[in-house]
Amino acid sequence: MSEAATHDDHHDDHHDHHPSGLMRWITTTNHKDIGTLYLLFSLTMFFIGGIMAMVIRLELFQPGLQFVDPQFFNSMTTMHALVMIFGAVMPAWTGFANWMIPIMIGAPDMALPRLNNWSFWILPFAFTLLLSTLFMPGGAPAGGWTMYPPLVLQTGAAFPFLIFAVHFMGASSIAGAINIIATVFNMRAPGMTLMKLPLFVWTWIITAFLLIASIPVLAGAVTMLLTDKFFGTAFFSAAGGGDPVMFQHIFWFFGHPEVYILILPAFGIVSAIIPTFARKPLFGYSSMVYATGAIAFLSFIVWAHHMFTVGMPLAGELFFMYTTILIAVPTGLKVFNWVATMWRSSMTFETPMLFALAFVVLFTIGGFSGLMLGVTPVDFQYHDTYFVVAHFHYVLVTGAVFALMAGAYFWLPKWTGNMYDEKLGQWHFWTSTISVNVLFFPQHFLGLAGMPRRIPDYAVQFADFNMVSSIGGFVFGLSQLLFVMVVVKCIRGGEKATDQVWEGAHGLEWTLPSPPPYHSFTVAPEPSSIEGGMR
Amino acid sequence: MAEAHSDYYIPEPSHWPVTASLSIFTMFVGGATLLNGADVGQYILGLGFLLFVFMLFGWFGVVVKESEGGIYNDQVDVSFRMGMAWFIFSEVMFFAAFFGALYYARMYSVPWLGGEGSGAATNQFLWPEFAAAWPLFEAPSNHGFNHFKETIGAWGVPFWNTAILLTSGATVTWAHWGLKIGSRKHLIAGLAVTVALGALFVGFQAQEYGHAYHELGLTMNSGIYGATFFMLTGFHGFHVTMGTIMLATILGRSIKGHFTPKHHFGFEAVAWYWHFVDVVWIGLFIFVYWI
Repeated sequence: MSEAATHDDHHDDHHDHHPSGLMRWITTTNHKDIGTLYLLFSLTMFFIGGIMAMVIRLELFQPGLQFVDPQFFNSMTTMHALVMIFGAVMPAWTGFANWMIPIMIGAPDMALPRLNNWSFWILPFAFTLLLSTLFMPGGAPAGGWTMYPPLVLQTGAAFPFLIFAVHFMGASSIAGAINIIATVFNMRAPGMTLMKLPLFVWTWIITAFLLIASIPVLAGAVTMLLTDKFFGTAFFSAAGGGDPVMFQHIFWFFGHPEVYILILPAFGIVSAIIPTFARKPLFGYSSMVYATGAIAFLSFIVWAHHMFTVGMPLAGELFFMYTTILIAVPTGLKVFNWVATMWRSSMTFETPMLFALAFVVLFTIGGFSGLMLGVTPVDFQYHDTYFVVAHFHYVLVTGAVFALMAGAYFWLPKWTGNMYDEKLGQWHFWTSTISVNVLFFPQHFLGLAGMPRRIPDYAVQFADFNMVSSIGGFVFGLSQLLFVMVVVKCIRGGEKATDQVWEGAHGLEWTLPSPPPYHSFTVAPEPSSIEGGMR
Repeated sequence: MAEAHSDYYIPEPSHWPVTASLSIFTMFVGGATLLNGADVGQYILGLGFLLFVFMLFGWFGVVVKESEGGIYNDQVDVSFRMGMAWFIFSEVMFFAAFFGALYYARMYSVPWLGGEGSGAATNQFLWPEFAAAWPLFEAPSNHGFNHFKETIGAWGVPFWNTAILLTSGATVTWAHWGLKIGSRKHLIAGLAVTVALGALFVGFQAQEYGHAYHELGLTMNSGIYGATFFMLTGFHGFHVTMGTIMLATILGRSIKGHFTPKHHFGFEAVAWYWHFVDVVWIGLFIFVYWI
């Protein structure tokens, strides 16, 4: 343990006073407390969204209508997406950021701790608004998470609650993003230059820029939906000179950066884990930084590839196709760098590494199907089929969620001070990885054969693959209970973790004790103890 | 090492953030209930608003007290600056969505409905009588949208409002000079004039809305022209109102003797916000009123 860290312990004694019990968590301004809140909230939402996914797969187990009526089915697909995107994945990244960024850059806490508390404590209220719609007359929103008019305007009493919930979640994301930018640019320890930042920090700054630039556009879009519904405006009504397609443009101007918001921090985590377990510095650190920036830039000029079939002018179709395919260059570079990092390395396969490796392989599959969808004439065939569903679940489940799992296993010993149960972790990994492929891989075939998304019933020729997919879904859902077991066991006890935890681990977070003191670096670490981010 | 420790500032636990969430949640529940047609919503909305105002006083009160107590060091000051700057950028993007809607309507949706480009069939099969124009006095459909005869010209009230806002940008800078040279009277005079100009702008805007609604027949319901006009000017007017309240707050603080020539982030944050509102207005004046 470094000298600086010893000092921390000492200072911690007088700086550690805070209310106890529930009020500690409600009023906390501490980045670790808030990070923990975010992560627990995210896990809760992961299971709520997961139950909705189970309902979907149960209904699709066989052709015909078995369990739920079509309206409720559509509510499930809509709410599953909203809960998973805004409730599970985004808060999980902010939770990781809260816990790790101050530690990684040698800071005592986030730059704006009260704002930090607020950005978390918006979420339970926002999701109360959203989830309460399940019990309203007319049911929960059922027009898809993309909220396209005119369909979404037919939502019942839930409609204004949906809009306000989106506004509220957006405020939380923007506040969180502002805080992360201020933290990274203002709170770095002396000697922690920008090109020494761990890639998780880099990917998060860029994610934060994306959030601040794109979330307000979503807020604007849903505000126009609200005025169209209640105040007689004609933004999305052709009869008044507007255009429903205009909503799609505005929505996807937000929506495409949003998908990188969901995945860029995953790149950062994988870039931390692979070098650790390969026991080699990351290959091409600076190219990783520039590639992340390039992806972020491109994310703002590709949005209409989500709407190739709406009838855009040919020049638009071509422009958005070319820019979309261009994203393969920086993304491919990243995959190359991860593989090159492992080349001739001495790897071991603990659970975080397994999830990171599965991420590289399976995310790449999702990337390839994305390339297929990016080719305009081909997309005409695939649009709104299960091929799209398979694509985005490969990048979001085996991409974002697998990286979240990898990160959780990687840092759980640091957070709790205890090693997790490696055997359970391996079980969780293998059951998840096998079942997730059983779940989503057949959906490619369903889509190519023409099965549309967002339907509760289907033609009988799709029966077999749907049944296989549902079985995979149930196993995947159950497998996640293993993760809960791992987390609970790890919090309650287990083999004590060392400061460094992993043999190949580098970076400031591994110089602090496990668990770290309440305020991370109340004294800046020695500049000489700061290594480059490629370690 | 004790000095190094005191370099960092971390606030005590606070219940104001959760109070903020609760108040906004209450307003949302009330607003949504009201929109769904239940009158009880207005009371819930009002309750939430009161709680919100209470929270603003409480939260900002703590921050002002801490600031005047001198416990914010330069690092905290920079964090606040970054926070405010990026918040303003997020607001810029919020406006961008509405400007985007305006450009899209003018460049694409209205011409296409009129049969231009790939819209020939749209025009022929939907509203063959419809002719594209901007301002769009008559919506494609006769049902559900009210027609209007005249728009608000750029060179009447909007021109004077432009002059007012630009002048107020100058007066707030003049107030800043006063603060920097330590002249309290100069500062207070500059802020008072700025607040008055802000209030005058909002008053003119309200009067203009009355004119549009009652005499020109231009309403939110006047097709895409009315929608974009009222969304952009209304959202901007809301921001000017907020900005005026913020200016009035720092005017009150200046009168109470807050701020020093070196240490006055609160003043600068409001001034930045005011300049932002000013620049957005220039965009509005050019694209909504003028061309």
